[in-house]
Amino acid sequence: MLYREAGQFKVSYQEDQQIFPIRQDRVGFIAILGFFFLAVPLVASEYWLQAILIPVLIFSLAAIGLNILTGYAGQLSLGSAAFMAVGAFGAYNFMLRVDGMPFLVALAIGGLCAAVVGVAFGLPSLRIKGFYLAVATLAAQFFIVWALVKFPWFSNNSSSGVISAQQIEILGFAFDTPVSKYLLTLGIVAVLALAAKNLVRSTTGRSWMAVRDMDVAAEVIGIRPMFAKLSAFAVSSFYCGVAGALYAYAYLGTVEPEGFNLDLSFKILFMIIIGGVGSIMGSFLGAAFIVLLPIFLNVAMHALFAGSMPAGLGSNLELIIFGGLIIFFLIVEPHGLARLWQIGKEKLRLWPFPH
Amino acid sequence: MKLKHTALIGAAVAGLLATGHAAAQEQFIGLPSYRVGPFGANGASLYGGWIDYMAMINARDGGINGVKLTWEECETEYNNARGVECYERLKTKGATGNTVFQPLSTGITYSVLEKVAQDKIPMVTIGYGRTDAADGRVFPWVFPMISTYWTQASAIINYLGTKEGGIDKLKGKKIGLLYHDSAYGKESHAILDKLAAKHGFTVEKIAVANPGNEQQAQWLQIRQMKPDYVILWGWGVMNPTALRTAAKTGYSRDKIVGVWWSGSEEDTIPAGDAAKGYTAAGFNVAGTNYPVVQEIQKHVYAKNAGNMADKDRVGSVLYNRGVVHGIITVEAIRKAQEKYGKGKPVTGEQARWGFENLDIDNARLTQLGAAGFMPDLKITCADHEGAGKVKFQQWDGTKWKVVTDWIQGDQSVVRPMIEESAAAYAKEKGITPRDCSKES
Repeated sequence: MLYREAGQFKVSYQEDQQIFPIRQDRVGFIAILGFFFLAVPLVASEYWLQAILIPVLIFSLAAIGLNILTGYAGQLSLGSAAFMAVGAFGAYNFMLRVDGMPFLVALAIGGLCAAVVGVAFGLPSLRIKGFYLAVATLAAQFFIVWALVKFPWFSNNSSSGVISAQQIEILGFAFDTPVSKYLLTLGIVAVLALAAKNLVRSTTGRSWMAVRDMDVAAEVIGIRPMFAKLSAFAVSSFYCGVAGALYAYAYLGTVEPEGFNLDLSFKILFMIIIGGVGSIMGSFLGAAFIVLLPIFLNVAMHALFAGSMPAGLGSNLELIIFGGLIIFFLIVEPHGLARLWQIGKEKLRLWPFPH
Repeated sequence: MKLKHTALIGAAVAGLLATGHAAAQEQFIGLPSYRVGPFGANGASLYGGWIDYMAMINARDGGINGVKLTWEECETEYNNARGVECYERLKTKGATGNTVFQPLSTGITYSVLEKVAQDKIPMVTIGYGRTDAADGRVFPWVFPMISTYWTQASAIINYLGTKEGGIDKLKGKKIGLLYHDSAYGKESHAILDKLAAKHGFTVEKIAVANPGNEQQAQWLQIRQMKPDYVILWGWGVMNPTALRTAAKTGYSRDKIVGVWWSGSEEDTIPAGDAAKGYTAAGFNVAGTNYPVVQEIQKHVYAKNAGNMADKDRVGSVLYNRGVVHGIITVEAIRKAQEKYGKGKPVTGEQARWGFENLDIDNARLTQLGAAGFMPDLKITCADHEGAGKVKFQQWDGTKWKVVTDWIQGDQSVVRPMIEESAAAYAKEKGITPRDCSKES
């Protein structure tokens, strides 16, 4: 009933090919955008903006990046955090060394640096597949973090390898309050997410999916696997790189190479597994789940058992419950949270008269 | 799923509201602790000691001039993003907000370095964090107290000098540096190069990749080079592995000197007999035979109110380090109360003044029952480090034994480096350093 699309006729090619072909989706999408752009900045506290919403958005972007590579092009990667690091350090160095560098350009260049590095480490994907490729990207993870620590040039000769991001300024407007940083992050993430949504249904996206499903068959029908795989690596790393630069500039302000360690790569991988492999929306749901759930558990534990149980036990319980919930969700819905939403949509189509 | 998520978020909000209350005459201290994750055991000891000291102050003295200390822990898992979340969550709690932020993690320190100045909450990083923050003119809100990494490196060299019978005897010696290959480990390079040039010894730097549980190659290299001493700049599992591998390759443990993050029971007990004779630096010492630790046992543990699940760890190096955190926090609040009103909770800004004017001399240390337990400490506007000295302890197979008095780092080398680095930071960030003659 709610999702019935009967009566929505498409009379032109343009209408047939839009990103959200169903009216309800369009309305919902605009409502969500309106809510996050207009309502949230008015009501959310500094804590919510700084500690919850900005990281969720940034990790969503990184998850979209990995989802393009793993979910759409079928290339398993464990190097997402390293590509984020390249983006962060790339943007930092261009801001530092080029006078009057506009922030958005530096952000894009940071992403491009990550894309170049991503393509370089994506080359083995032409020969090796699956778990073996994961090991090759694991090498990227260790090599990049090592290189950033090893060569002091990257961190402007800081004795500890730590960089501290410059002030964000666009057209003379300084983004220094939580609200402005939030809106900037949201704007960039929204644009890039829409671009990704569009990309995956284009020729490029279809060639990625063809390669994912069966690369020999894809080659037979005229798709160049080399181009498809390397473009997936490039686009994916670009997204991770931009996410990394935002992580440094809009979120933490100061980052060290070790912050982008293997744990973070795994976290991003978990986000797309929980959220839904091969789904842009799943990237957002997964990022929200992985970032918010541990915080929620910590708060809940304190509210429920404050003082009545040893602190160490509480912290361990949080991890146990977190792990348990991940397993629960994977058993109940192996295709992730995005799939749950899809099922819900199907049900809403028939509701309230299911047959 | 949407609905479920909204419910989750709603419950989280409710939880936040429910815990955000505090009565007047209470001083709130937010504790960004970690009890799980790779350094969970260290965090449990450190925060345990700190909490026990505050509980003892509440139980014995009824708080600071009648102001009860309250605290809340927030689990960071030693993870930067979680640390930032904890910082934001804790900063507005209590009657006057969070008094002081001490994350016990260099990564989290860097992540909130700029936020603390905006939010007017002092950050105290004892024995870790950003070294050049010791220049209080550039970093008014950050206090890397007691001793920085660079001072420690210099103190270790001075200690080796006394072992040789004079710092000039180090000329021509070869010192190996086995360091954790990370930002933390590389903090040692610049200062040791400088000291090597000054005193005429050579430094052989040998990197150990994280986590460092395999060091055969490194120790074979050390055996070939035959350094006179090896400085162990390690972290976590790297330390016991280094000691075990040294024993295996036949390098005498008497000649290995560790930094303070390599000098706890957690580092030596797993190494077993191989750790015997190993020496490490520390800005606090181990043992329960200090009045301050005995007071904690009397007022807290005797009433079964202690924070440590394993009571045997009371008096360990890291536990006592937590007690040092407690002493410094409490003394700074006391100092701030003297200026801004006794018996009233202080704000973060007032607490900052307390930290900046902290003066714990030897007489005060004796009153606190901590003479010899930690060095005397005097913080000024320009110098946020304070003491700049460490003691050396030797592991005798079962416990740490203090083998030296407080050994001072060479401030004539360290301080110019700190000022140079801080000035570079100030320039990059467009900060005008404070004029300390105008501070009261």
